Parts: sequence; structure tokens; C-alpha cells
Amino acid sequence: MSPTGDERPHKPAPKPTPETEHYWEGTKLGELRIQRCNACAQAYFYPRPSCPHCFSSDVSWMRASGQARLHTYLISHRPAPGFADEVPYAIAVVELEEGPRMMTNIVGVENTPEALVLDMALEVDFEPRGEQSVPVFRPRSES
Amino acid sequence: MSVRAQSAIVGASETSRIGVVPDVSALEMHAESARLALADAGMKLSDVDGVAAAGLSPIAVAHYLGIAPTYVDATTVGGCSFLLHVRHAAAAIAAGLCEVVLITHGESGRSRVGMPPRVADPTSPQGQFEAPYGTLGPPTMFPIGVLRYMKEFGLTHEQLASVAVAQRKWAANVPRAMFRDPLTIEDVLASRLIAYPMHLLECCLVTDGGGALVVTSAERARSVPGPKPPVYVLGTGEAAETPLVSMMEDFTSSKAFRLSSSSAFGEAGIGPSDVDHLMVYDAFAHLPIYGLEDLGFVDRGEAGAFIAEGHTSPGGQLPMNTNGGGLSYTHTGMYGMFLVQESVRQLRREASAQVPNVNISVAQGVGGMFAAAGTLILGTAAAAGV
Repeated sequence: MSPTGDERPHKPAPKPTPETEHYWEGTKLGELRIQRCNACAQAYFYPRPSCPHCFSSDVSWMRASGQARLHTYLISHRPAPGFADEVPYAIAVVELEEGPRMMTNIVGVENTPEALVLDMALEVDFEPRGEQSVPVFRPRSES
Repeated sequence: MSVRAQSAIVGASETSRIGVVPDVSALEMHAESARLALADAGMKLSDVDGVAAAGLSPIAVAHYLGIAPTYVDATTVGGCSFLLHVRHAAAAIAAGLCEVVLITHGESGRSRVGMPPRVADPTSPQGQFEAPYGTLGPPTMFPIGVLRYMKEFGLTHEQLASVAVAQRKWAANVPRAMFRDPLTIEDVLASRLIAYPMHLLECCLVTDGGGALVVTSAERARSVPGPKPPVYVLGTGEAAETPLVSMMEDFTSSKAFRLSSSSAFGEAGIGPSDVDHLMVYDAFAHLPIYGLEDLGFVDRGEAGAFIAEGHTSPGGQLPMNTNGGGLSYTHTGMYGMFLVQESVRQLRREASAQVPNVNISVAQGVGGMFAAAGTLILGTAAAAGV
């Protein structure tokens, strides 16, 4: 029983660790922050203090452009907690302009096989998950 | 060091019942299959000095059975864990660490009797970078690369569906299989969508059951022969890629499959054309497609047509998933044990859907969602040259 009367489950919220805190601080400000290795110059995701390409610890944070392409997806017909109103919904992987890929949801477009075309241009947006804000992607605007 | 043909599987059994078994706990399924596998090997519990298990701790299994093992392997990397247990046992036996290793699986995947609770950790990489997007178990994650594969290689929905159809043909001859009625591509495509492009009949079963293996040295297998012909361990491999399916290096291929299988083929000193029988872990219909390509049985992009043309079906040139697989036989959750059981049955000439003249069988397991992999190349005495 919920004293607030809010019986509906919430979408799962991420819980930052010390190593990912900077990323999640960024999303709250509307910034998609990724890391780039100063030794091998490759950008990477998910956040961690050493480069997965060359193991260097000489890495920097950068703000990603937010431009991406739809790399692959599926359309779930099984609602996860908090997603009952959205089923069926796409769980997607996008490839950022800087190179790394990440899982996300696609908003601002019908989540159908017809509307979601692989390699379509997308741009980042943000949605709340509990106290956090997570990056989602929408079709790139013409402007 | 190669462990080629230095050890053998001398005992193998599944639980007496698989499928819907609500009156047996997961732990008892480990134990029942252990008793049956030891009987199959003609051994006593006191012969066992090593225990390996996943799902539940080998400590729990060993104590429940009543032994204190001096070799323990709790490697838990998902459904292929048992293939890794065989690999590790082969190495440990060759190194003299132990002589008889008992490997057990038991899972009440459907009835959830005596199963540890599922817990989501919002601080884990998956909890932070996947779960917020509405993942709900493997069907909402494992097939995420399929559309990319379709775009890259032109795989059709009908070809994907043909994986389920091919395996149902095998299951028709397997009395223990959960689903045995004939299936058409139209049936598969008419079943409800679970996670587009995957339909219900392209997703594995969820069942209860278990199995166990007894591995010992090739020398002991010869000097103390059991009732069944030994199945020799000719080649082994294991690999891990990523705990996050969204971080796969290539969504059309499993790096773990490639690394694990090339290690196994190298150790066995054979290639795909030498293989008589193949098991590829089929949690979903796309896995046999990835498996055929990543193990080198067909070229990239060819596996869908290869299966649709019947080459893996009964009478085909490469019999695959001859128990019906996770799609038709059984899938407890950590299905890998059943891959090895069927390879052993085929090599012993005791399979329900027996393929003629099987001397080399390959079992390819997956752990998590392309997270890890294990490969075993198993053979008869003739194939082992002993």
C-alpha cells in the first residue's frame, strides 16, 4: 500500500557510482557527457576511469554533440515496470557521432518497424527516471 | 598445454523428468542428476574428488550429496557455465589436481522452486545504462542485433522463422521434448510478437530440469572402464565479451563465439568440415545463425539460407540441435548442460533422434546475452585416436 496513492510503478532509475557521477550530473543539465582517451584519441562509453581501447588512465570528459544514428533496435511487447502505457516500445542502440554506441529509447516518432529505419539521423533529448535524467533520442530536426 | 583427449566424459544424465516439475527443488535437481550420472558412469560418490556447479554453489551441491571435494569450480558465466566446467576439469585432471569431477545443473526455471530471488542492481552497468530503457529479461535484450543483421545480410523473417521449424523437425522424434507437433514458417510468423522481430515461437521455452556430467582422465576411462563408451574431450574454448548486450562490438556476430570456438578447433586440430554433429545454444532463433557463421561452418550472411534450405534438419549435411533445442526440447535458464548431454548421447549412439556415424560433435554455449561463450569438441575413441 502506498500512502501517496500513487500505485503505478515507476520506470527503473539508474543509481550513479562515484565513477559515473559526472555523467549523471551532465544529463541533469541536458548534457550528454562521454569520455575521450588522450593517449589513443578514441571516445568511449560507458563511463570508467580507464580507456577500454588502450587501458590508459589519461582520459578526459567531453560533451557529445548529441547527434546519432539508429544502429539497431527491437520493439518490446512486454512492458517493464513503468512502461505499461508505452508498450510496444523500442529498445534501441544508437551510434553517437563521436563513435561510441549506447542503449536508449526513441521518442517523438511512432515506435513501429515502418517509422524506425536503421541509420536514421537522431538527436539527444532527456527524460526523467526517478531523480535522474536519462538520454533518449528523437528524429533529428530539420533546422 | 593442450588437454586434447586427456580426459573423457564417462557419465552423463539429465534429471528423470524435465519440463514442468513443480515438486522438485533446484538443489534436488542437481542432486538427482548427479546420482543418475554417477550410476551411468558405474561410479560411487566416493570416487568423486571434484565438484563444479552453476546456479547454485558447488559447496551446496557437494554437502547435500555428502562429500567434501578437494577441487571446486563455481564458474558462473550464464548458460554456458557447464561447458567451461568441463574445460576446467579437463585442465585440472591433466595437471593432476583431481581425478573425477562431477558437474551439475539444476534449475526450476519455470516453477521457481528453491531458486534464489532475481535482484536488479541499479548501480551495475546494466542497471545504469540499460534497465532505464525498459528491458525486461532476455527477450527484450538478446535479439537487439537481429535487425542490424537483417539489414547487413538480407536475412528474411521467413529464414529466421525456419530455425524454429528445423528444430521442431528434430523434436518430433524426441519423446522428452516439450513441443513435438510439426511447425510451419507461417505458424511461427503468426505467433505473437514478443520483441519485434522475434515471435513467441522464435523464443526459447522456460522449463524445469537438470543434468550432470562425470569427467575423468582418459587413462582412468580406459583402465577402469564404465558401462558406457567414454566421450573424449578433444578441444575446448571459453571467452567473454561484455556484460551489456548494447556494448557488443559487432551486433551481427559474437566475439565470444569466435574466440571460444577458434580456441577449441585449434586445440582439437580439426576444422568445421570434420564435424558430424553440432549443438548451438538457441535461447532465440538468431543464435544458431550467429553460431554457424562465427564457428566457421558457413560464410558470413549465409546461415539463414543454409538453415532454411534444410541443411541442419533431419537428413541434412550438418545435423544441428538434434534434441529440438531450447526452442522445442527444454530450456531451464542455463541450458548449456543440455547441449553437452545431447552431444554425449549422439556420440554414444543413444540419442532419440540419432544421427548415423557421429564421431565428432561440437557444443557451442552462450552465457548471458552474448556475454560469454564456451565451446566443447567431443569425440568417440576413434576420433580421439585412442
